[in-house]
Amino acid sequence: SSSTGGFQRASSLKDLELAKFASIAETWWDFEGPFKPLHVMNPTRLAFIRSTLCRHFDKDPNSARPFEGLKIVDVGCGGGILSEPLARMGATVTGVDAVEKNIKIARIHADLDPVTSTIEYYCTTAEKLVEEDRKFDAVIALEVIEHVANPAEFCKSLAALTVPDGATIISTINRSMRSYATAIVAAEYLLHWLPKGTHEWSSFLTPEELVLILQRANITVREMAGFVYSPLTGRWSLSDDIRVNFIVFGTKNCQ
Amino acid sequence: MPLTKHLNVAIIDSNPALGSRPYFNKEDPPDPRVSTVTPATISFFKDVGAWQYIEQHRHAYFDKMQVWDYTGLGYTRYNAQDINKEVLGCVVENKVLHGSLLSCIENTDFQKTIYPSKLSSMTLPPSPSSLGMDSTSSRPPLSSQRHLAKLELSDGNSLYTKLVVGADGGKSRVRELAGFKTTGWNYSQNAIICTVEHTVENGCAWQRFLPAGPIALLPMGDNFSNIVWTMNPKESTNRKLMNEDEFVKDVNNALDYGYGPHPTSSLFGSGEMFSWPRAGVTLSANDCFEVPPKVVKLASERMVFPLSLRHASDYVSKHVVLIGDAAHTVHPLAGQGVNMGFGDAFALSRVIAEGIAVGSDIGEVTVLKKYEAERKPANIMMMGILDGFQKAYSVDFGPLNILRAAALHGAHFISPLKRSIISYASGEQKLPLFT
Repeated sequence: SSSTGGFQRASSLKDLELAKFASIAETWWDFEGPFKPLHVMNPTRLAFIRSTLCRHFDKDPNSARPFEGLKIVDVGCGGGILSEPLARMGATVTGVDAVEKNIKIARIHADLDPVTSTIEYYCTTAEKLVEEDRKFDAVIALEVIEHVANPAEFCKSLAALTVPDGATIISTINRSMRSYATAIVAAEYLLHWLPKGTHEWSSFLTPEELVLILQRANITVREMAGFVYSPLTGRWSLSDDIRVNFIVFGTKNCQ
Repeated sequence: MPLTKHLNVAIIDSNPALGSRPYFNKEDPPDPRVSTVTPATISFFKDVGAWQYIEQHRHAYFDKMQVWDYTGLGYTRYNAQDINKEVLGCVVENKVLHGSLLSCIENTDFQKTIYPSKLSSMTLPPSPSSLGMDSTSSRPPLSSQRHLAKLELSDGNSLYTKLVVGADGGKSRVRELAGFKTTGWNYSQNAIICTVEHTVENGCAWQRFLPAGPIALLPMGDNFSNIVWTMNPKESTNRKLMNEDEFVKDVNNALDYGYGPHPTSSLFGSGEMFSWPRAGVTLSANDCFEVPPKVVKLASERMVFPLSLRHASDYVSKHVVLIGDAAHTVHPLAGQGVNMGFGDAFALSRVIAEGIAVGSDIGEVTVLKKYEAERKPANIMMMGILDGFQKAYSVDFGPLNILRAAALHGAHFISPLKRSIISYASGEQKLPLFT
């Protein structure tokens, strides 16, 4: 029947996604390697996270460790490029990823520095964490939702992991003509920033769609921003332009 | 800066001035080792709370500058009011700068340790860019220092750190141990420095380009001035050894009628063609050429230093960053060297704070590269300009002399150009032109 066929298609798509990332796992911490775009974009993502979480949890933005006392989960943590700065900023961090190799790399790298060696890494999924009844003050899933089989279910899992009035932060790529041109054609085929086939344009979500499925998962989006890259300076910055890369900050509704 | 308050800093410097309490006898004449700090540097000192200590000791603001050469074909006068400011800079003895920064450090609340020692060796941790995949799943023993750089000092101490800042001058040991390549050349020139005395107070910075190199007379307060005289090595040896009276005569000659006539404006007219439109003309465009105050006495020993240009091809590598003369050494002819260094320090501290704000590892090259991207182009441009000046003024050739004089003339009378030059030299403007 069509439903079984649909289910099979969904799981095989997911395997393909996993395989793509497993093949380049060793290069996570090579700042000049295939993950360079992510490394270059990282400080800008962290700036958004820092400002929204400090405001929401009433933390001092001038402190070097503003996230002391906060439990944060980095869903789809890869080699840990987001988890490590979060730990340096004082958070108690749990990183999860579905690719075994990524977790191994993340563990080795985090152990090099006592400050980051406290990060807990697990090879698992958001869904499995929900089954274990884990709860976090902030749930962060950056550049993940465009790779999952069922975004609506994924958002429900993220919401289940968030404590009431906790924070959920998701970043992804907009499904727009512009993003097809930049994130697929330019990034993958022309500039070779990303290996070809990294992103499947049809699985991108628009901001409106993301807000809606988050609402259905009991998360109210409070802030949204775009990331814009300037070829002149080689730097990313936060902007109102959400036509390509964008990030949302939402809070879990209190029941 | 609250973001960097928690950082633990070690200062490794065998300079004895760091150990003892700085004591300045107000009766002593000024030490000949001085620096001319620009308004940008003064701002930096004020930001960190160090300028208040400088104001307690001898220091000399100046608001006027005159530049001319031996051909008598042109001159330039600058006034701080041309850019609506009160000062062009301040001349301070190096020992006062040291003492003030030391007092500032002692009175600021953060973890610091001074090691009066020298750096013997440095071991950097290997790069983890391609991590091997262990077959064992157990964690290797935690060595809390594996990700840190190890420094061994001559007194036997060993230090571990995330970031080594090489601020150890033109012959930087940090630069050498880290393997940074440099390019540069020695100018076949030495500089003689000394303190001199006048019968009146000097309130202007004077510089005259002579065939063998420029002589600068910088105000130091009371009736003292500092001399920086660049010349070829043989002359510098002679002038260091000649008796004091002969030397004073030589200095007055160099600043007055020696080597050539006083400039007049007759060659290019009185500059009227540059003075329109009337609005926006700089105050100093109307100033006449003045002869510097006569030197009556030598007030210190004469010191000689060789001059060179040197530039490190990179300022950063993992865990190591170079600032100041360790990264770039320049000719003293425009008083810019130490100011470029302070600019480096300011930029690096800001980049480190920004890195900490987003949880970065401060020894990481991507963080440090932001400092390099900001400072290297600015420093290279300044070095190019200074080197260009040095070369332009080293040649005594008729047509070139006239060209130089015309340029000097233009710099005196073309107001927007003059304002740009002053702002750039004051450290306020990033580029010399077109801002």
